[in-house]
Amino acid sequence: MTETAYQHPLMAAYWKQLDTRFPQIEAVFEDVMAEALAVLTAAGRDAYLEAARAVGKLGRGVEPMLAFMEEWPSTAKVVGETALPAVMALIQRMQKSPNGRAITPFLQTLAPVAKRLQSQEQLQHYLDVTLDFMERTTGSIHGHHTTFPSPGLPEFFAQAPNLLSQLTLAGLKNWVEYGIRNYGTHPERQKDYFSLQSADSRAVLQRERHGTLLVDVERKLDLYLRGLWQDSDYLVPYSTAFDEIRKPVPYYDKLGIRLPDVYDDTGEISGLDRYRATLAHIVGHRRWSEAQVADNWSPFQRMAVEFFEDCRIETLLIREYPGLRRLFLALHPRPVEDACDPQTTSCLRHRLAMLSRALLDPDHGYVDADLNDFVARFHAVMDKDESSTGEIAALALSYVAKTRRQSDQFARVHFDDTVVDYRDDNRQLWKFIEAGDEEEAFDEERKFEPGEEIHGLPPRHYPEWDYASQTYRPDWVSVYEALHPSGQASDIDRLLAKHSALAKQLKKMLDLLKPQDKVRIRYQEEGSELDLDVAIRSLIDFKGGATPDPRINMSHRTNGRDIAVMLLLDLSESLNEKAAGSDQTILELSQEAVSLLAWAIEKLGDPFAIAGFHSNTRHDVRYLHVKGYGEHWNDDVKARLAAMEAGYSTRMGAAMRHAAHYLGARKADKKLMLILTDGMPSDVDAHDERLLIEDARQAVKELDRDNIFTYCISLDPKADEYVGDIFGRQYTVVDHVERLPEKLPELFVALTK
Amino acid sequence: MIENEVSVEANVSEANVKQSGRNDKDQYKVEQEPFYQQQKNEVALYEAAYRNRLPVMVKGPTGCGKSRFVEYMAWKLNKPLITVACNEDMTASDLVGRYLLEANGTRWLDGPLTTAARIGAICYLDEIVEARQDTTVVIHPLTDHRRTLPLDKKGELLHAHPDFQLVISYNPGYQTLMKDLKQSTKQRFTAFDFDYPDAALEAQIVAKETGMDAAVAAKLVKIGGVARSLKGHGLDEGISTRLLVYAATLIKDGVAPTDACRMALVRPITDDADIRETLDHAIDATFV
Repeated sequence: MTETAYQHPLMAAYWKQLDTRFPQIEAVFEDVMAEALAVLTAAGRDAYLEAARAVGKLGRGVEPMLAFMEEWPSTAKVVGETALPAVMALIQRMQKSPNGRAITPFLQTLAPVAKRLQSQEQLQHYLDVTLDFMERTTGSIHGHHTTFPSPGLPEFFAQAPNLLSQLTLAGLKNWVEYGIRNYGTHPERQKDYFSLQSADSRAVLQRERHGTLLVDVERKLDLYLRGLWQDSDYLVPYSTAFDEIRKPVPYYDKLGIRLPDVYDDTGEISGLDRYRATLAHIVGHRRWSEAQVADNWSPFQRMAVEFFEDCRIETLLIREYPGLRRLFLALHPRPVEDACDPQTTSCLRHRLAMLSRALLDPDHGYVDADLNDFVARFHAVMDKDESSTGEIAALALSYVAKTRRQSDQFARVHFDDTVVDYRDDNRQLWKFIEAGDEEEAFDEERKFEPGEEIHGLPPRHYPEWDYASQTYRPDWVSVYEALHPSGQASDIDRLLAKHSALAKQLKKMLDLLKPQDKVRIRYQEEGSELDLDVAIRSLIDFKGGATPDPRINMSHRTNGRDIAVMLLLDLSESLNEKAAGSDQTILELSQEAVSLLAWAIEKLGDPFAIAGFHSNTRHDVRYLHVKGYGEHWNDDVKARLAAMEAGYSTRMGAAMRHAAHYLGARKADKKLMLILTDGMPSDVDAHDERLLIEDARQAVKELDRDNIFTYCISLDPKADEYVGDIFGRQYTVVDHVERLPEKLPELFVALTK
Repeated sequence: MIENEVSVEANVSEANVKQSGRNDKDQYKVEQEPFYQQQKNEVALYEAAYRNRLPVMVKGPTGCGKSRFVEYMAWKLNKPLITVACNEDMTASDLVGRYLLEANGTRWLDGPLTTAARIGAICYLDEIVEARQDTTVVIHPLTDHRRTLPLDKKGELLHAHPDFQLVISYNPGYQTLMKDLKQSTKQRFTAFDFDYPDAALEAQIVAKETGMDAAVAAKLVKIGGVARSLKGHGLDEGISTRLLVYAATLIKDGVAPTDACRMALVRPITDDADIRETLDHAIDATFV
């Protein structure tokens, strides 16, 4: 075998230099060498052969060597052959660690990765990320020699080209970082994460993607539809990240307009403008297109009708807003006139794409006679009025008939530059009289099994702050909201009666707080009315020869009070404990305090809501409405408050974010969120106790940004250790829990004075 | 001091002083015919209302031509027009009149409403909802069969001149709970409901007002329409005809249309980045 006689003496020399016996290498040797010789310098060639030899001698079979020999020339072509030492260094590191099995996937995806990265510097970053990944996920037991290979590494290499097509290197780094941090100690989950199987992994990928995300521009697009087109519909994103083979196309149906979740900028056209082009096109169909019966037309005829109709509505759109022409033309491909050979390939798509370009672009420059003839006929039809789908379809059919070629039937279809990606899939353009004419009948009616009835509202998802990485974990917590169950309203009345003395005292304070409608501001040089007392005094001064005071007017100011309040109650298990120095539980004391406070706020007339929360892992945070803003302090509310029960844990951040979503919607000058809690944020699935504290702190910051003032009333005597970290200086620790009923309303009054 | 918003009143007072009580009617006359494009039959209806001295209320969004209409009618009927722009700080005495201090005592000064009632002018209270409710009730006795204005501080009961008529305008658009007219005030007026004219008419108005050619005017109106359909989705009020006229004026002066539109149509009405971007896009898509 090794003595194969190569025709060319140089080839024989190279083969010798390679020093290998693998027959698989021999089979491809001449081909890969030809490619290598075309792109590598003499020195590069020697280094290539030397490196290939080294990879072949790693003792890992033929696979790594084969991968290297095939991938390196095209890699070197993109990033330069000087990158070789760095790649070899990484291979050496892998070889020495337990991760030798990952060498093959690494080498196999090297060329596509290099193609994405485009420079040696970028490739070096990629190698660094990889090395870091490898070192941090390679496990060892008891720190001894028994080490385990990194479970995620081979999966990662397999995904790398796909990932880099969507992420920048920095994004990739964050994505990897997230995976290592959260699944570093869990081999199976780590594999799921790095092979893009887990929901988490996809969510983080989504977050790190480049381009314009639909969610970020949704409002702008909504305004665009409404403002420019007097239309509106739901904009539903579909994912473009995971369908590699068949990219979905925008479309619309009864449920809304479906758009890709992200658009990259192309040339000078921003992602936002691409969305606008797509929406404008869809609006055009909705305004002017009429569904045609498709049964009698061949697929080619239908395709032609679609192209013509798309151009018709775009012409009408441009008539409405002439600036759209620039946008459409920038996004529309410009097929080269003789790019398609009709002898060997089906050119219909190519012809139609050229025609479509020519119909929109006055400077198309195509010379084909038929094409120019039909462009003229199209414009003649359009110049009269807005034409119709039927009329334009007739034109399309005659175009197909006129330009038809035998080769249109060929299986090999010319696709280059024929896809107009801002156009929808035209499913609304067709109606079928007979079902099942096609080979595959997709639109069969399916029976739906009646599923389980959903109780309550679907969960809302909130992110959670991960302080270690300073990032949010997207959609990490599920919050289920429900109305709090009811008990006996009379229980609360009894509690209030017990505190009647306190209530009386409170009432006095409240009277002072009540808005005094008009306040007079005196001594104004410019005011709404003459202040007679001052005016006469001034007049006397004036007559007496002294300088009079010119501030003789007064004006009025209304002294309004515009505060919306949200009281958030921690209903975790620890509330069932007896308060120190009292025979009541903390829960009972809280009930009393909240009742008094609610009564007081009702007297003041501030809009006010009460809600409780507890949690049982991140998948089940419960948010219970006790009183809504629309409700008064009536028996329904009291009954709910009476039924308050304690259980589970305290995931405070998620509850605060959810409460803020209600409070934030209030129209008030000042928004106050009071949080009554008896311990630090914690949950059974959070092992790091700082985690939920930091998350709560982050939630406070978010709320602060939304102009919501948070204030914590902690009943935990040891709260000083952490509560300041969360709330800054906006907290009070109530040491004597039994005095809570009087403390809480007092505190509220003091805060809102 | 008197607020600058009621500067008319200041003029009245000076005129009063100089001519020792004699009111100079002519300064309130509308000398030149203002351009007004009738939308329906509002001119004839107004004339009927004036013949019978019925108080008139003109409703409509800002910049749709309410004030222009009143000015035009005053010109057409050849009556003096006294306009008062109402504002929150305005008090009853700003309308009726007040005592001022002078070197040797105090002196009564008629307010614009009193002046109008004395000389028989059309008194136009612009944006009446801006004034506080306790202020607006002083017009009540002038608007029913009594047609009188009691000046209680002065101890005079003024009987309105036979030519006197009261016109108020208000913009129901930004009416909030706080800013609405009392029913007792509303039900003293006959009312015109104004809105922005339809696109063709509005383009004609913009063209005529500025001498702009019709095609550009139509484009401006189109952009105006974009903003008007965003009302309630982040915009309190669409782009008014007045702003369209501003834009046309700028373009006429040689400013590039896209810049003129941004400056006159978009920047004034919103600080919302999303809306601004949408309107900017509409401008770029309209002017090529």
